[in-house]
Amino acid sequence: MEHKNWNGFAAGAWQEEINVRDFIQKNYKAYEGDSSFLAGATERTQALMKKLQALFALERQFGGVLDIDTATVSSLTSYSPGYIDKENELIVGMQTNRPLKRGVNPFGGMRMVRQACEAYGYKLSKKVEEEFRFRTTHNDGVFRAYTEEMRQARKCHVITGLPDAYGRGRIIGDYRRVALYGIDRLIEEKKKDKSALATAAFNTEQIRLDEELYQQIAFLGYLKEMAAMYGFDISKPAANAREAIQWTYFGYLGAIKEQNGAAMSLGRVSTFFDIYIERDIANGILTEEGAQELVDDFVMKLRIARHLRTPEYNELFGGDPMWITEAVGGMGEDGRTLVTKNSYRILNTLYTLGSSPEPNLTVLWSNSLPENFKKFCAKVSADTDSIQYENDDIMRPIYGDDYAIACCVSAMKVGKQMQFFGARCNLAKLLLIAINGGYDTTSGMHIGPQMPVLSGDKLDYDEVMERFDVYIKWLSNLYVNTMNIIHYMHDKYAYEKTQMALHDTEVERFMAFGIAGLSVVADSLSAIKFANVQPIKNSNGFITEFKTEGDFPKYGNDDDRVDLIAKDMAHKVITELRKTPTYRKAIHTLSVLTITSNVMYGKNTGATPDGRKASAPFAPGANPMHNREENGALASLNSVAKISYDDCRDGVSNTFSITPDALGRDEDERITNLVSILDGYFAKKAHHINVNVLNRETLMKAYENPEEYPNLTIRVSGYAVNFNKLSREQQREVISRTFHEAI
Amino acid sequence: MTGFVHSFQSLGAIDGPGIRFVVFTQGCNLRCGCCHNPDTWKIGEGTEYTAEDVVKRAVRYKEYFGSEGGITVSGGEPLLQADFVREIFELCHKEGINTCLDTSGSIMNKAVKALLKETDRVLLDIKYTNDILYKKHAGCKMQTVLDFLDYLDIQEIPVTLRQVIIPSLNDNEENIVALKIIAQSHKCVDKTELLPFRKICQVKYDKLGIEFPFAHIPEPDKETMKRLNDILA
Repeated sequence: MEHKNWNGFAAGAWQEEINVRDFIQKNYKAYEGDSSFLAGATERTQALMKKLQALFALERQFGGVLDIDTATVSSLTSYSPGYIDKENELIVGMQTNRPLKRGVNPFGGMRMVRQACEAYGYKLSKKVEEEFRFRTTHNDGVFRAYTEEMRQARKCHVITGLPDAYGRGRIIGDYRRVALYGIDRLIEEKKKDKSALATAAFNTEQIRLDEELYQQIAFLGYLKEMAAMYGFDISKPAANAREAIQWTYFGYLGAIKEQNGAAMSLGRVSTFFDIYIERDIANGILTEEGAQELVDDFVMKLRIARHLRTPEYNELFGGDPMWITEAVGGMGEDGRTLVTKNSYRILNTLYTLGSSPEPNLTVLWSNSLPENFKKFCAKVSADTDSIQYENDDIMRPIYGDDYAIACCVSAMKVGKQMQFFGARCNLAKLLLIAINGGYDTTSGMHIGPQMPVLSGDKLDYDEVMERFDVYIKWLSNLYVNTMNIIHYMHDKYAYEKTQMALHDTEVERFMAFGIAGLSVVADSLSAIKFANVQPIKNSNGFITEFKTEGDFPKYGNDDDRVDLIAKDMAHKVITELRKTPTYRKAIHTLSVLTITSNVMYGKNTGATPDGRKASAPFAPGANPMHNREENGALASLNSVAKISYDDCRDGVSNTFSITPDALGRDEDERITNLVSILDGYFAKKAHHINVNVLNRETLMKAYENPEEYPNLTIRVSGYAVNFNKLSREQQREVISRTFHEAI
Repeated sequence: MTGFVHSFQSLGAIDGPGIRFVVFTQGCNLRCGCCHNPDTWKIGEGTEYTAEDVVKRAVRYKEYFGSEGGITVSGGEPLLQADFVREIFELCHKEGINTCLDTSGSIMNKAVKALLKETDRVLLDIKYTNDILYKKHAGCKMQTVLDFLDYLDIQEIPVTLRQVIIPSLNDNEENIVALKIIAQSHKCVDKTELLPFRKICQVKYDKLGIEFPFAHIPEPDKETMKRLNDILA
């Protein structure tokens, strides 16, 4: 198949089938040089960014939400076109008709929408209430099917943050397909898939897919209508770089208009765009400055994407994130790097537009990345604290070289795999419930198998472990079944039509489970094993406190005695989860990631044997507990690196903060040293790291005088946030974390 | 062989080239007023380790060392346990790990010479460029340190000279010029670093219940450091 807009591209299988990877492999130009070619922000970019800065300031003044359209249900074509400055925008398209105005999206659940409106002084319109009166939302469906035990597990916070009242997200449409093929071709292919289904047996699976394809095709049509409202015909392939970026963005925009999923990630677009940019530059119709302008304008659009959330939601996922994650760099299966000039340009937006949490720039790190690119990334990290790193060398063998990251750490082949998001269970609380024989002292609820409270003056390691195993088994089974209900209902009542239209018809699904409190559990079990832990009972005979005497090895010091407890714990949980079958034959995966919910999880968990007080925050993700690291930063990294990616295919998140002084005496030293740290950490088969190079004092000043630090960005747990958008409690927790300092 | 270790720091990014695993040995023969590790002074305290144990720990960080990094033995004064440190360095070399010695250069004997044979770089602390200050605020003769440096020059062991800049004592042009002359007159010196005097160690003194001799001296400001570095360049 040929198209005039493909002139100049190398031919390949991509022309005959939907295969963006093949297009990239046949056409991209790897770049191993340094950053000296980069252009700065043009006057146009600066003027537009100034307008945005003013809008951001206004949004802050309005308490975090600038405006809500309470009368229109968000969808692809439900708003008239919106602009920041129509004459001067190179890439257009907005979620609603005005920048930063949020739409309402009740398909996940009405209650969340009502509460969110009320929290910011609005009231959901009668019109929307009426429209949804006889409509079942995802949330309605889930609660019709939830068992009593599932409700209890949710209520006592042993499983929390489940996507049962909001969009599940974590699905990445292959938005590049819109640009490469145009909508008409995509519809044509989906129609072919649909007719092929007609010859299959009409069973539940097939009928469901058949109906989904109908919806996918309809929404591809809406996507075309949406673009037409902005004056673009996206039925055919994009003809140049500007169109390629614009078409791709329309795909993404359609997705975030339709869905308010927790994480709405972008995928892996930079190197794809580079092919179009190179072609335009070769044809003399684009300059380097012009290329940077296009990327800048695109990124500005991503920075104003917003969803309407409730304050409770923000407690779990602080800072109003969208997780517009873009995977940058990595290596190809043929050994060529996937770094292109456009990998530099997208990172360069942190300079041209200033540092920012979104998009969530994620560098796929490989030992084989060009040295120049490694150094540039390290420099950007040290300057902006806005990027995270994930290990391409352990993911590429599993996902190939056209995977991307959903949310923080969830890898998936773009357009070929998706996941059912499942938040996380609180492993530390489960340990306390086990010790108390099925009683949660924080909520005062009986839950799980009922047994006597552990007796004796001293907790016995073997006895505790035997007991813990029983409860892990129980919770794992409950957790899988709960997830099965959630995702059955989400497919039924809030199916992602636009995003799934940008997937292959046959997709592979993951079911992503998670654990919180891993370091608390590891240290607690270590205390029980190596020190003397005396349980203290309350007047009702339940253990509510512990007296721990003697020293014990603590996770975060590269000490196998405790690190292997953490590693084994992750292995045990995923092994138990795998025993219960999943909805749509999804593959069980596990993450050690908390987002900012480590504060909330801690708040709902009693005192633990490691000496952590009741209600005190957990460490985020797979991090060691704050300030328990005694042998410096690398020992801490080594401990985390021991958690196996084979057990935790949904990611192991680690957040690393170091002061500039501890990283080197001058900029060159700091850059080289940071590259060495990343190389070493990933050579140890670790999965993920957030890097912050900053002083605690900066955060303390921002805590006291937020108005002086409007753009302070820090990495927290798989994403970056504007420090000022965190709650006071979350800010205090971030400040209290370990900062590796020079001694 | 065993020796006494105060502590380990797995990430040393400012004690020698590249990323370094730093071993702080226990015990010191000097009593410098600016010392930021008073808890390493007493001889015979600390934890006893075999050289093998120390190297086994260092090996765990090999992936981070890259082409430049390695191990740095600091203190306390590592020369007090020269045999122990020599064995650590020998074992490190067998593992392909670069070795760096952070010392005051105030001890010279047969064991130290043997240790220096296994040393890839010395970080030599030149406390002052004046014998009166040396005696008063460090407790040794300046000539001992200069002799040590001469020996390194003959042995052709690369040296980084380091000096802590302490306001009112050595934050003057005269001192920096003298330091520059010392550096230039020894071929082995390929780098000179000025480190600002820091007082975060006050807490360590408080904990030990001893007086911080330089508690009354302020930290040098950025401008001073820049001015002195400019003279040095």
